[in-house]
Amino acid sequence: MALFSKKFDIDSNDPMAYGQASSNFKKTLKQLGIPSPIIKRTAIAMYEAEINTIIHGGGGSGSVVIEDDHILIIFEDQGPGIPDIELAMQEGYSTASSEIREMGFGAGLGLPNIKKNSNGLDIESEPGKGTKVTIRIDL
Amino acid sequence: MSNIHSVILDKDKCMGCTNCISHCPTEAIRVRHGKASIIDERCIDCGECIRVCPHHAKRAQSDTLDMLKNFDFTVAVPAPTLYGQFKDHFSIDQILTALKELGFDDVFEAAEAADIVTSELKKKLKNKKEKVPWISSSCPAVVRLIQIRFPALLDQIVRIESPMEIAARIIKNDIYPEKKNIGVFFISPCPAKITAVKKPIGSKASSVDGVIAINEIFLPLHAAAGNLEKVEELGRASYWGVSWARSEGESHSTEWPETVAVDGIENVLKFFEELENGKIKHVDFIEAMACPGGCVGGALTVENPYISKARIIRKAGKLIEEDRGGRLKPDSHAVLGMDTDIQPKQGLKLDVDFKKALEKMAKIEEIANELPGLDCGSCGAPTCRALAEDIVVGTAKKNDCIFVLRDEINHLTENLAELGSWMPPLFSEREEKE
Ligand code: SF4
Repeated sequence: MALFSKKFDIDSNDPMAYGQASSNFKKTLKQLGIPSPIIKRTAIAMYEAEINTIIHGGGGSGSVVIEDDHILIIFEDQGPGIPDIELAMQEGYSTASSEIREMGFGAGLGLPNIKKNSNGLDIESEPGKGTKVTIRIDL
Repeated sequence: MSNIHSVILDKDKCMGCTNCISHCPTEAIRVRHGKASIIDERCIDCGECIRVCPHHAKRAQSDTLDMLKNFDFTVAVPAPTLYGQFKDHFSIDQILTALKELGFDDVFEAAEAADIVTSELKKKLKNKKEKVPWISSSCPAVVRLIQIRFPALLDQIVRIESPMEIAARIIKNDIYPEKKNIGVFFISPCPAKITAVKKPIGSKASSVDGVIAINEIFLPLHAAAGNLEKVEELGRASYWGVSWARSEGESHSTEWPETVAVDGIENVLKFFEELENGKIKHVDFIEAMACPGGCVGGALTVENPYISKARIIRKAGKLIEEDRGGRLKPDSHAVLGMDTDIQPKQGLKLDVDFKKALEKMAKIEEIANELPGLDCGSCGAPTCRALAEDIVVGTAKKNDCIFVLRDEINHLTENLAELGSWMPPLFSEREEKE
């Protein structure tokens, strides 16, 4: 069993709550005394993924798991899915609408950024069904 | 390690209301036994609680003018915010002369030192290579906030001392190196500066000898300023240096295109959250001030922050034409940088042992889920989650929550009622099970 785990919902209708899950988890990591550089990477990767779930997935759910030597962050949505994951991994690729881009979100899926800040990134996606993103950060 | 603070509670005045607890940016206040108490390791001396307390039960420990007699020679270092406390017809020179009238032998404006920091900042920004934005070190409450809540941002703090500290170093090393028992007094708009002297953050020891709150000195100073025989030409700071008293003063003084100014501790918190998430881009320098409007909003000032800010803009404006030049000699050895690392503070950490911290965290989640989530404050903690944390670290009980308590009483009365109508089998007509 995991040492610590928590589930939460990601609501795409409340712009004030964008990034809330990441902020809460960041606080948890600080209270646990996790070293700052790891918190920084976790924050960036998780925030990017959370925003993706909102913008591209139309909301969904997520969970965080802390084990002895790593953290897992999972986001799931029932959105349109990513047709070509390899393409999405390239810098600058985006499917976001222009209004959303104007808000400063969705300039690229941020997947390369998630990858850069994590120790493992796994994406399962089926067009029309949804996307599941799993991020691993080693402790 | 002891925690020295300047913000203290006047127990007699505290009514045990919960106004302060929800405003504290580090959740450092609890109301216990009808009185507020501050958790030392968490307090950043921002003064937010002084500002919101309707009973004036929170105050700052300021030095007084009496202390001047402990020194052979004294120099006042007024924060430029002081100028904003006086109506427009009081000139900066007049206010500075009045300080001498109160017993100081000389004055050196913190704004003049701010000009020195500005030129240092400009040089640094020009040679900057890394992409991360720098965070100003000038607001000590913000620096302490980073130590406690945003340790990941610590290495982004500009390693230049505050104008107050630099002023004191210049006074002692450059202007009066021959003076022996010299006392440098900062005239402060906020409690965070008082703490910054008693317990410096970036340097081993402060060169400042005492800090007097603006609201402590204002009345005698105002009286003196109105009765001067002669006004000396003492002001030497530039438009920019004086502008440091208000938000955007510092960031604009760098004349760097990509800067941003954030003021008010709540706004600073939100901004740093986003900065930590990597969301803030295309910014090289961040001016972050704990008080609304910048230092003019300090908790130890007397004038409304916005009036004070408007006055600062007008008084600084007069200096655009007139530049008297600073007193730092070109061959100065004054050290402008910090000499120690800024360490993270563990005020929020649950346990030194990772496994134990995790266990506690799991318990916190469990208890937090059982609490109503109203953040009503009746338990004395700022949020339900904070109460859950207190319960797990052992400083509170679950029944401290009035809703939990009510449920327990409900159960109890239900049980009592049931038990009260209970008849021994001898007298009762019970339906026999078939
Ligand atoms: S001074 Fe600021 S940090 Fe300290 S207890 Fe008051 S509100 Fe909290």
